[in-house]
Amino acid sequence: MKKTYKIDVDCANCANLMEEEAKKTPGVKDAVVSFMTLKMKVEFEEGADVNTVMQNVLANCKKAEPDCEVFL
Amino acid sequence: MNKKQKNLLVRIIVAAVFFVPVWLISEGIIRVEMPRWALFALFLISYLTVGHDILRKAALGVKNKKPFDECFLMTVATVAAIALGEYGEGVAVMLLYQVGELFQSVAVGKSRRSISELMDIRPDYANIEGEDGKLERVDPDEIEVGSLIVVQPGEKIPIDGTVEEGTSALDTAALTGESRPRSVKAGDAVLSGSINLSGVLRLRTTAAFEESTASKILDLVENAASRKSKSENFIAKFARIYTPVVCFAALALAVLPPVFIALTGIGMSGYEGIGQVFRDWVLRACTFLVISCPCAVVISVPLSFFAGLGGASNQGILIKGSNYLETLSSVSTVVFDKTGTVTRGNFEVTGVHHAEMDRARLLELAAHAECHSSHPISLSLQRAYGKEPDPLRVSDVEEISGHGVLAAVDGQQVAVGNEKLMTRIGAEALPCHEAGTVIHVALNGDYAGHFLIRDELKDGAKETVAALQKAGVKRVVMLTGDMHKVAEQVADEVGISEFRAELLPQDKVNAVEELLAENAGKGKVAFAGDGINDAPVLSRADIGIAMGALGSDAAIEAADVVLMDDDPRKIAKAIAISRKCLRIVRENIIFALGVKAVCLILSALGLANMWIAIAADVGVMILAVLNAIRCLFVKRL
Repeated sequence: MKKTYKIDVDCANCANLMEEEAKKTPGVKDAVVSFMTLKMKVEFEEGADVNTVMQNVLANCKKAEPDCEVFL
Repeated sequence: MNKKQKNLLVRIIVAAVFFVPVWLISEGIIRVEMPRWALFALFLISYLTVGHDILRKAALGVKNKKPFDECFLMTVATVAAIALGEYGEGVAVMLLYQVGELFQSVAVGKSRRSISELMDIRPDYANIEGEDGKLERVDPDEIEVGSLIVVQPGEKIPIDGTVEEGTSALDTAALTGESRPRSVKAGDAVLSGSINLSGVLRLRTTAAFEESTASKILDLVENAASRKSKSENFIAKFARIYTPVVCFAALALAVLPPVFIALTGIGMSGYEGIGQVFRDWVLRACTFLVISCPCAVVISVPLSFFAGLGGASNQGILIKGSNYLETLSSVSTVVFDKTGTVTRGNFEVTGVHHAEMDRARLLELAAHAECHSSHPISLSLQRAYGKEPDPLRVSDVEEISGHGVLAAVDGQQVAVGNEKLMTRIGAEALPCHEAGTVIHVALNGDYAGHFLIRDELKDGAKETVAALQKAGVKRVVMLTGDMHKVAEQVADEVGISEFRAELLPQDKVNAVEELLAENAGKGKVAFAGDGINDAPVLSRADIGIAMGALGSDAAIEAADVVLMDDDPRKIAKAIAISRKCLRIVRENIIFALGVKAVCLILSALGLANMWIAIAADVGVMILAVLNAIRCLFVKRL
């Protein structure tokens, strides 16, 4: 399953960091962050609970870039 | 500017107000007696005002074990500089860094907005008419297929539909790039995203909001930025490696040379003591850290692509991803499908030859024989006949695929079709001396003459080939299922030197595969078609370009580039846009990396100080962003 989330982040490299973090989060098959459209597209692994996975994605992103936001 | 940006601007101004006089005093430019601790305190106020969020983020980064971010680098560099007594440099670096951040944030926000304005076709509401005749605004998502909606002058058409009532002119510029208004009347199909200019229209919707043209285009454009190009991935990977490498290089620079000098005594001559040696090399290392910020490089590449995609979509060219924009720029061969790309697909009867009987009568018989067929050629015969054929006069219709039609009209056996059909029924077909599609007619088994049918060239078909060559395309090939003679004539008229004729649909895939093989390593192959029956070819080519394909889902699915109208010149324009965009991307990468490399070398040699480093960092970023925005201006390409 794929879902798209709005995000907020200030710099292009930080967006790349968020993408890396999201990709590493368990339950996420693939993630793409577009700094230009401020969107995060997440593809979930089969059977993953979207809400918990996204909470973890957000927590991991916050670690890499304290000033970022993912609008769940 | 948003709240965050305004806040930063205020902090920069306040910090600058403190910084400039204090710096002038500390440099001795203004002679005021001031104790050293007071200077330090004033510098510190300036530093903390402008940089406290950076310090906080750096601390968080260390706490979360992700130290190599810019905030950390800036913090280490500036704190080290201040600790070594270089108050002015330390504060200035933080101040200029924040100026750069602010500029970047404003510039990116602005281009983000102006690009989305270019694509502002999202309808906000739909009007439905209540029983009392009053209009009610509703969310277009809630409108079911087949509902009646009302569009008033000045409003956007929210959902695809057909006009039930009313006439108007539509501005379709946002969809097709065509600036001339299109007039519509009852029965016409209209696309969402166009703007109703003059009259009130009542529409019967033919699609749900989600499935409507405007939603689909927006979806496509919004997803385009997430299909990243090789350049974007390269630069992201580069940043991941670059920053840690430069950081370790900085560490090495701060420790190894001074230790070497201290142990061997070589190079000591310029220094007064070992403490000064360390001080000098640590400052050089701080300069390294300032240069190691990757953002200037990282921002410019996706911004260029995004601006390029936005500029193209404003011209009615939808490119489905940055990666396709990149591939498009290295297209060296363009393959056309003839019908629908070079020619209109609008056949017209241009001559009747070898007919011994009355020509009008011959046409009448042929049109009746073909009256059940919807083949473009049959339709052209019916149009030429000018009247509605009477189906009651026709019986025993037999369509022979690839040959033609046999039918009884007014009791006469009529055969209408190509040469193969004539051979099949034993009539001797006379050849035509002019190029075009020839349709022979036989009556009761005897040859009765033939019609010459021709397709019209599209406007701009001739200029297209020249424009493609100007855009750097080396080879243009035309494919068609039509006869050799027809293909030759069309190719000649538009100036295409290479063509393959008499191809069946599957032959077109083979032809493109051959061209792909011939072209391997020499550039990419693009195929442009009208999206009817050529989805397999569209997906097989390196780049599939579907023309005027807004109606065809299969074509939009299979294509990488969708031209919203069917002007063949847009193919050349799409390539020109991609070339410009990629040139700018390359300029930015080379320029930004080049400046960084030069600064690294200069600072390692002690020739560049932190002022130069931060000026280079911010300057490169500003220039790269401005350069990237040039991708947006593609109207005149």
